[in-house]
Amino acid sequence: MLYREAGQFKTTYEADMAVFPIRQDRIGLGLIILAAFLLPLFSSDFFIGTVMVPFLVFSLAAIGLNLLTGYTGLLSLGTGAFMGVGAYACYKLTIAFPEVNVLIWIVASGFFSAAVGVLFGLPSLRIKGFYLAVATLAAQFVLEWCVVRIPWLYNYSSSGSIDVPTRTLFDIAITGPQATPTTRYLVLLSIVVIFTWIASNIVRGRIGRMWMAIRDMDIAAELMGIRPLQTKLLAFAVSSFYCGVAGAVMMFLWYGGGEAKDAFNINLSFNILFMIIIGGLGALLGAFLGAGLLHLVPIFLKFGLPALGVPIGGETAEHWTHIIIGMLIIFFLIVEPHGLARLWSITKQKLRMWPFPY
Amino acid sequence: MSGAGLGKGDELLKVENVSLRFGGVKAITDVSFDIRKGEIRAIIGPNGAGKTSMLNCINGFYHPQEGAITYKGIKRGRMRPYVAASQGIARTFQNVALFKGMTTLDNIMVGRTLKMSSPFFWQLWRHGPAMREEVEHRRFVEEIIDFLEIEHIRKVPVGKLPYGLQKRVELGRALAMQPELLLLDEPMAGMNLEEKEDMCRFILDVSSQYGTTIALIEHDIGVVMDLSDRVVVLEYGRKIADGTPDVVKADQKVIDAYLGVGH
Repeated sequence: MLYREAGQFKTTYEADMAVFPIRQDRIGLGLIILAAFLLPLFSSDFFIGTVMVPFLVFSLAAIGLNLLTGYTGLLSLGTGAFMGVGAYACYKLTIAFPEVNVLIWIVASGFFSAAVGVLFGLPSLRIKGFYLAVATLAAQFVLEWCVVRIPWLYNYSSSGSIDVPTRTLFDIAITGPQATPTTRYLVLLSIVVIFTWIASNIVRGRIGRMWMAIRDMDIAAELMGIRPLQTKLLAFAVSSFYCGVAGAVMMFLWYGGGEAKDAFNINLSFNILFMIIIGGLGALLGAFLGAGLLHLVPIFLKFGLPALGVPIGGETAEHWTHIIIGMLIIFFLIVEPHGLARLWSITKQKLRMWPFPY
Repeated sequence: MSGAGLGKGDELLKVENVSLRFGGVKAITDVSFDIRKGEIRAIIGPNGAGKTSMLNCINGFYHPQEGAITYKGIKRGRMRPYVAASQGIARTFQNVALFKGMTTLDNIMVGRTLKMSSPFFWQLWRHGPAMREEVEHRRFVEEIIDFLEIEHIRKVPVGKLPYGLQKRVELGRALAMQPELLLLDEPMAGMNLEEKEDMCRFILDVSSQYGTTIALIEHDIGVVMDLSDRVVVLEYGRKIADGTPDVVKADQKVIDAYLGVGH
């Protein structure tokens, strides 16, 4: 009832192959993106800076990991490390060439991460599943070690931490201490929107089909003429590229340096992995839903409840957060093991048919 | 879809004295036969006779220790399955090996992978050459979908389909490769009579419409004898008979293999 597509006929294959063949979906997405861009008009700097910016950073990283784990079926625990590669690559590049726009370096840093990802993806031809996860764990430890032990990476600063320099776009500071949360948010949102669109193009085309074929039945895929090693390495490259860009924006648009060297640790890798498992493997929407659940719900519990008048102390809130998040994860995984994205598509299907059962 | 200079009835594939061992287990011993262009060639035999192993050798999954396989007049070395695919050999599996998370349409589109070549750069934007190529191959895939009468399940994930339809989708995926040699491993296993008749019709149509050479393994002897031009019979990894269905049917060794011998 809420959701009818009757009368919308497709007469070309192009129209039938669109991302959102149903008109209501297209309108809905347009509204969401518009609302996201207008959000700074209605909310505080605090909300933008502590809620929305990290949410978008996590979403971008989760899309990256989803391309590898969800679409190609290769489990990786090196996400944090690949993000770190992107962050430090971007830092070194913008220090070395300050006159080039930082946005170009943010994208370029993805290529460094992609190269490292391909290197650590090489074992994937031989090993699968948990064993591959352990192999990518090596990336996590090696790269974390590099960040601490190679002073060149943090420009020999005595504290071992880095400071993100101020860089501008059209004379407006977008990184560094002078950049307002709103500018950082809008830049980040643009990057996330463009990269999500590109990811959806990739996964719906030939390359996405090759990845999913490898995931679902690698033997049959090889028989269709798909070369396993090249396909898997391409998945590692594209996935690490996304993670690298996510790491760069994490450092430049969120952290602004400081404790960044501790940020790209194994916990980050696990967090991103949990996000896509709960959100939905093999669905781009899942990356956003997972990042939303694991990032927004704790913040809501911490700041939202006191604001609503529920008397809850800081430390108690912290504990409750852990308990409630844990229970939510168990609940959602029991209700729908394929994640929130699948739950959403089932709901959509139900709404189309409502009030009839089928 | 025509082979390089090969006419109907010419030798497309020749298997010579092939032996395959797994450790001490002899799966295939000294088997020779040929497949001619345009024919339907059946490989039959009791369970464990080495039929599927034979297909795996032709495919490049297994590498026989002895003997040679000649394809289109060229002796093949050790190779990976994707090389066999690029040479025009397609295959279906005994236990359906579809890509379960993908729709019927996407499964068959995967079969077009080798024919697609638009550069990665255009894939990113899904415009220009990438989109043109996608539409062109979609059109081809829709023809296969029409041919196999599976229009109604075009956008259903194949994991949810009944077994008979899954087998049909798998045939469609193999056909999308426009193969010269199509290997069917028990295309009718586990089907009811109606589904079997449909599948027979599709196999005969593929052979006559596209001129595809077909090698099939099947246990339903009635089907095999009706469909195939020539039959090779294996037992315990050895060839015991080879010839037209009538010759094979009358062969005493074949009768013994299937019905047992009195002691």
